[in-house]
Amino acid sequence: MALTLEQVRHVATLARLALTPEEEQRFTTQLSAVLDAVTQLQSLDVEAVEPTSHATLAASLLREDVLRPSLPPEKSLANAPAKSGTSFAVPKIIE
Amino acid sequence: MQLTDLTMLELAAKLAERAVSSEEATRACLERIRQVDPQVRAFLRVDEEGALAAARASDARRKAGSPASALDGVPLGLKDIFLTEGVETTAGSRILEGFVPPFDATVVRLLKNAGLPLVGKLNMDEFAMGSSNESSAYFPTHNPWDLSRTPGGSSGGSSAAVAAREVFGALGTDTGGSIRQPAAFTNTVGLKPTYGRVSRFGVIAYASSLDQPGPMTRTVGDAAALLQLIARHDPQDATSAAVEAQDYSADLEAGVRGLKLGVPREYFTEGMDPEVEVSIRETLREYERLGATLVDVSLPHTKYALATYYLIASSEASSNLARYDGIRYGLRAKDARGLKELYAQTREKGFGPEVKRRIMLGTYALSAGYYDAYYLRAQKVRTLIREDFTKAFQQVDAVLSPTSPVPAFKLGEKLDDPLSMYLMDVFTLPCNLAGLPGLAVPCGFTKAGLPVGLQILGRPFDEARLLRIARALEREHDFFLRPAPLQG
Repeated sequence: MALTLEQVRHVATLARLALTPEEEQRFTTQLSAVLDAVTQLQSLDVEAVEPTSHATLAASLLREDVLRPSLPPEKSLANAPAKSGTSFAVPKIIE
Repeated sequence: MQLTDLTMLELAAKLAERAVSSEEATRACLERIRQVDPQVRAFLRVDEEGALAAARASDARRKAGSPASALDGVPLGLKDIFLTEGVETTAGSRILEGFVPPFDATVVRLLKNAGLPLVGKLNMDEFAMGSSNESSAYFPTHNPWDLSRTPGGSSGGSSAAVAAREVFGALGTDTGGSIRQPAAFTNTVGLKPTYGRVSRFGVIAYASSLDQPGPMTRTVGDAAALLQLIARHDPQDATSAAVEAQDYSADLEAGVRGLKLGVPREYFTEGMDPEVEVSIRETLREYERLGATLVDVSLPHTKYALATYYLIASSEASSNLARYDGIRYGLRAKDARGLKELYAQTREKGFGPEVKRRIMLGTYALSAGYYDAYYLRAQKVRTLIREDFTKAFQQVDAVLSPTSPVPAFKLGEKLDDPLSMYLMDVFTLPCNLAGLPGLAVPCGFTKAGLPVGLQILGRPFDEARLLRIARALEREHDFFLRPAPLQG
């Protein structure tokens, strides 16, 4: 299936990924080739087949709701590119 | 013979009788790294101080007669995907450059508690996406058996370090074959345990329903001993299996007499290197001589596994990698105007081409209008692939195949052709889709001296039997004793 340049740009926006014009071109070609290769799945009749999202997961797991220690703020913030007090700092969103 | 030529179990025996100290063994690794790593380039960073401190602590325990485990004091390497408190961890990516984890992955904690000095962090394909180590943002690792070739991927740093005898063993992770294929390329043993057997807590996620950590070692016995330390239920990982670990070394020498070994006809197809095929066929005959029965089995949906895998893995990756946004850790783009631009530019600068390609594919497959046609359909085909294995395992105890259709290829050879690169995983990834354990064990060499690996697949949680089958072959050969032809 051939992708258009517009579709690639749209997907990049969804993925929050800035692409160079060269990357947009390259991904249009390469993703089209990969999508061509995966179209073989369309030939299978899977109407009555249940999907598998996890190979060995039996049931949803529940545990007691008990209080446990979590990472202290200084450790959580230790790798932050920018911080303010005990918060992560981000560019201003609302003018 | 150098200290680093010992296997993990041989070293453990010498440590136990106090013929050698952990500090000596660790220093021997560090010296070997200084000698050969400039050629091999397996390490992203060496934690000399941390490893020596752990070694000295181990020696103190030995002296006091209270070793923490059977492998207390045996130096190990870690793929750079395992969070290690206080030691930079990057998953081979620029976006995590400088990231120092505030806690240990569960497996790292288990290894530290067991007393193993952790020598350093090993190179890998960025976020484990790749089959040759060339997508590492830092540098490619070289195969100790032929430095112009890849050691495989994505755990290629781990396989190369073990093959080059820079460490006694290593941990890797396997999402579509990333432990087994590099093991096959470097004459080492690689075990991908059953999904859920080993905790993924603190292991940087690529495709959460497929990723699984496991041992990479020079011998089968070492793999069993290392698995013993890390196979357990972890309440911090919701997908960790609440299944008792077996004694993985107990039946190692039991042989294969009476076992039924399946040979899937779909795995012996065109495109396989003739020398790989010869080596595998000879190995199959050898198993017959050793008393096993070979059974022709069919896994009819094998040809759909590659497409299924790339859709599922890329979809999960696009979701997992959303956390790299420049806010809480890692790289942040400078001069971005506004939050959206910050995200997009950080990710543009931080991710390499293979990661971007898979994020794009995954985002597309999950997007409105395409979800049913791609992602959901792939999950349904995954069910069919699992059922193939379930049927096969009603007839046989394990399934044997080549690990990779070709021996280690040249660095650069497949770099511009993602589809051809993806084909390298064609024999390994059905196992991940089905959640099964899989093991790669050396089974021969090509005329040019490149290693060939046999793959053994088993029923869920049947790791002990896979190890036993692999050990039966290892006992017949000296492959695992052969050192890679490195100038030290």
